[in-house]
Amino acid sequence: MPTSDYDPACLPDLLPLYYRRLFPFSQYYRWLSYGGVSKNYFQNREFSFTLKDDIYVRYQSFTTQNELEKEMQKMVPYKIDIGAVYSHRPSQHNAVKSGTFQALEKELVFDIDMTDYDDVRRCCSAADICSKCWTLMTIAIRILDRALREDFGFHHLLWVYSGRRGVHCWVCDDAARKLSVAARSAVAEYLSLIKGGEETVRKVVLSDPIHPFINHSLSVVERYFCQYAIVEQDILGSKESVDKVLALLPEDILSFPVVLGAQLTVISLSLTYFDKEIMLQYCYPRLDVNVSKGVNHLLKSPFSIHPKTGRISVPIDLKELNTFDPFEVPTISLICEELERPRADEAEDDDVKDKENEQEAGERRRIRDYKRTSLAKYVKVFDRFLEAMARSRKGEMLQKSDLQKDF
Amino acid sequence: MQFPGRRKKVIGSSQNDLYDHCLQFYGQPPLENISLTEFETFAVERLKLLKSVENIGVSYVKNSEQYVKKLDAEFSSLNFPLRTELGDRRVQGGTSEYEKRRKDHISHFILRLAYCQTEDLRRWFIQQEMDLFRYRFGELTSKHKTDFLHKNNLKYETVSAEEKKSLKDKLITSSYGLSGITVEEYDFYKVPFQDALDLVRTRKVYLLAGNAYIPHHEIVTIVLNDFRTRLSKALAMTARSLPAVQSDERLQPLLSHLSHAYVGQDYSIQKNMGKISLEQIDALSGKSFPLCMRHLHKALRENHHLRHGGRMQYGLFLKGIGLTLDQALQFWRSEFVKGKVDADKFDKAYAYSVRHMFGKEGKRTDYTPYSCMKVILSNPPSQGDYHGCPFRHSDPELLKQKLQNYKVSPSGINQLLPMLAEILELVKGMHYQLACQKYFELTHNVEDAGFSLNHPNQYFTESQKLLGGGLEIKKEVDMSQRSQENPANMTRPSQANSKQAHEEMGDLDSFFQDE
Repeated sequence: MPTSDYDPACLPDLLPLYYRRLFPFSQYYRWLSYGGVSKNYFQNREFSFTLKDDIYVRYQSFTTQNELEKEMQKMVPYKIDIGAVYSHRPSQHNAVKSGTFQALEKELVFDIDMTDYDDVRRCCSAADICSKCWTLMTIAIRILDRALREDFGFHHLLWVYSGRRGVHCWVCDDAARKLSVAARSAVAEYLSLIKGGEETVRKVVLSDPIHPFINHSLSVVERYFCQYAIVEQDILGSKESVDKVLALLPEDILSFPVVLGAQLTVISLSLTYFDKEIMLQYCYPRLDVNVSKGVNHLLKSPFSIHPKTGRISVPIDLKELNTFDPFEVPTISLICEELERPRADEAEDDDVKDKENEQEAGERRRIRDYKRTSLAKYVKVFDRFLEAMARSRKGEMLQKSDLQKDF
Repeated sequence: MQFPGRRKKVIGSSQNDLYDHCLQFYGQPPLENISLTEFETFAVERLKLLKSVENIGVSYVKNSEQYVKKLDAEFSSLNFPLRTELGDRRVQGGTSEYEKRRKDHISHFILRLAYCQTEDLRRWFIQQEMDLFRYRFGELTSKHKTDFLHKNNLKYETVSAEEKKSLKDKLITSSYGLSGITVEEYDFYKVPFQDALDLVRTRKVYLLAGNAYIPHHEIVTIVLNDFRTRLSKALAMTARSLPAVQSDERLQPLLSHLSHAYVGQDYSIQKNMGKISLEQIDALSGKSFPLCMRHLHKALRENHHLRHGGRMQYGLFLKGIGLTLDQALQFWRSEFVKGKVDADKFDKAYAYSVRHMFGKEGKRTDYTPYSCMKVILSNPPSQGDYHGCPFRHSDPELLKQKLQNYKVSPSGINQLLPMLAEILELVKGMHYQLACQKYFELTHNVEDAGFSLNHPNQYFTESQKLLGGGLEIKKEVDMSQRSQENPANMTRPSQANSKQAHEEMGDLDSFFQDE
């Protein structure tokens, strides 16, 4: 098993090591600077830390990558959240005239949490997850990724495993970061099909005509439905669960659910879409609109640790989505342990180190360090993401200078 | 009128040009002098109009036949311009169309002064002005619509015929009422999705690569978006030049009165602070809480927990009925501790948000309890939530069951069924507040609630008035002592309802220590 047993009591010892030698600061800084196109973008970004004993501090901000590193190594946060880019340095917000300190930009984010599916999953509940219900996350990612790219025209999406029971999406396009509250809320609502809380039994209602977005989403759900819902979740396996399915049908319909081929079909006497509605209710992504709406909303940072599970919030490679296993994600104890394993060519590198200045050497060491651990492949995913953004920025600048005939 | 600090554009053409269309974008402020009387009259009448827009919008489906009819009536009675041509002299002895348009123009700008000051006021103003604009634009003829677009330089990119052809099926299934033929014939506009948020939000439009493909008849939504953006910016600018205007002694009292008047009582000033004891809450929830709060209270008692949306809605309501901060902390802590949260965690995580509600943390805003409008229209509940308006957000079946369970008194059973049916009809017709009023009548055993419901705390106050002759009750400690000493001094229920109310009074015995 790739997980060295993780014990939260070890965090005070593991975290300092993680922040000193493993956290990918230079990529992190590169991400949040966005090519330095906007002045003070990184400096005006809010971070919040949860320290030992649940002490929560907001409005943290840093002027350089170096300062970020030093502060994180000093404060040793248990949790790290990323907030908005403000009009002034968050750490100085009290000095700013009231009303002028404002959140200006932030990535468009989505948070999919497995607990929101408790009414439709039988294998687990609350904070638990297993390989059977993880399919829900796969479905969610596929549906949302397609919609955000094809319908909304976004290109730079970072999908991250939250560390315990869900996934986050960071939409990093320029246009996305500049969206207003109203726009974010409109996007989130466009993507929402599940409506209603405890008091609503039938949460999906479809009517003619069916919007192309819903059709796209349905085709994703249909791909997974049979294996996921019928086999793994066994929704027709007991009277109780069949009743739950039937409860979703309108009262006056005489019908019964039947599995025909790969689809759930409901044989009935009237023309409605409740077979589709049922599939959507069991599988369609449930997102929390409030998380996506606020420009100043704080969300867990990629590469932070989840204190309860010890797992690192790692980027998810969509090319390998079908084989992604949350239980294979490295924990902080694992990678700290991997760090200790000796390497054959270590002696050589140490000599090189002595000849360079200390910071560079420190960085090189750190680059070698995470490469020795299971964290490496996830940092690679992040690197590719950053590369794509850099290429796109370059492309835009070329376009702009072409337009200005600026050679 | 002088608007100091504002750039004044030179209007080259004559006055007639200014008002040659019955609808306008309010881009330029009026530049004439008017009397203080006109200033006030215009403002008050527009305020009445906006308030009607709000009320009618809650009681009827927006832009339905009834909605339009009701608004038309308001427009006529308040003398605001409809859709006639400027030269129309049909109305003899009444206000001319020109006069009406002038009033429309001026009154809008006056209200900007009154409503630019806080986020809440601005939001309300923008919402009503938008609904108003949408209604008026919808009533224009096709020609007038096009005229309006030209006059205001609103140019939107049309979709080419080839593109329409390749996307034909998608376009048909994404907009209501379109067929293959209409797609070919109609103009479609391609705008960035950020300019068509209302259509995006409700998925009424086709999206591709960040662009929304809008059929011609939906153009009003785009125009509205434009309207909202402009008005929002204008209000921010107005707020900045406000101090200069407010320094004018003649205007200051008028403006202040305007912005406090018609937005309704907000229950932020707790007249009854400290007059409710925690032990009373269970009983009160059954007697005097509107269904939404009763529901939240029950969920809290059962699960020993409420999520953020529920804590806000219920917590602020409790503040509004008179709970002090200390009582609130005790209340929430004692409940959460019975669940999965230990006292320590409560103090760290949840106590902060309770204090926040009372304005003791963060930017120290003393949050006001949510009005019905807010509960119905914002933050719909999702899985695991218990907040919202049950008449709006619950399944009709479940709502029916709940209503049946909650109405315990045996004498009411005969009235129950038809009243329930009435409530459900109101819910179907989307008259949620009226349905809640019916619920009030049902549970209090009265024919007519006697008030127009628009705030949960109002429900509570009216209920207490009906049941106990007002909540002039002393603090808990005093209560037991006093009543034991002087039972004769206890307040009696008001005569008018004593017969019906008396049956309900049974449970309140312990509350009043009556004989």
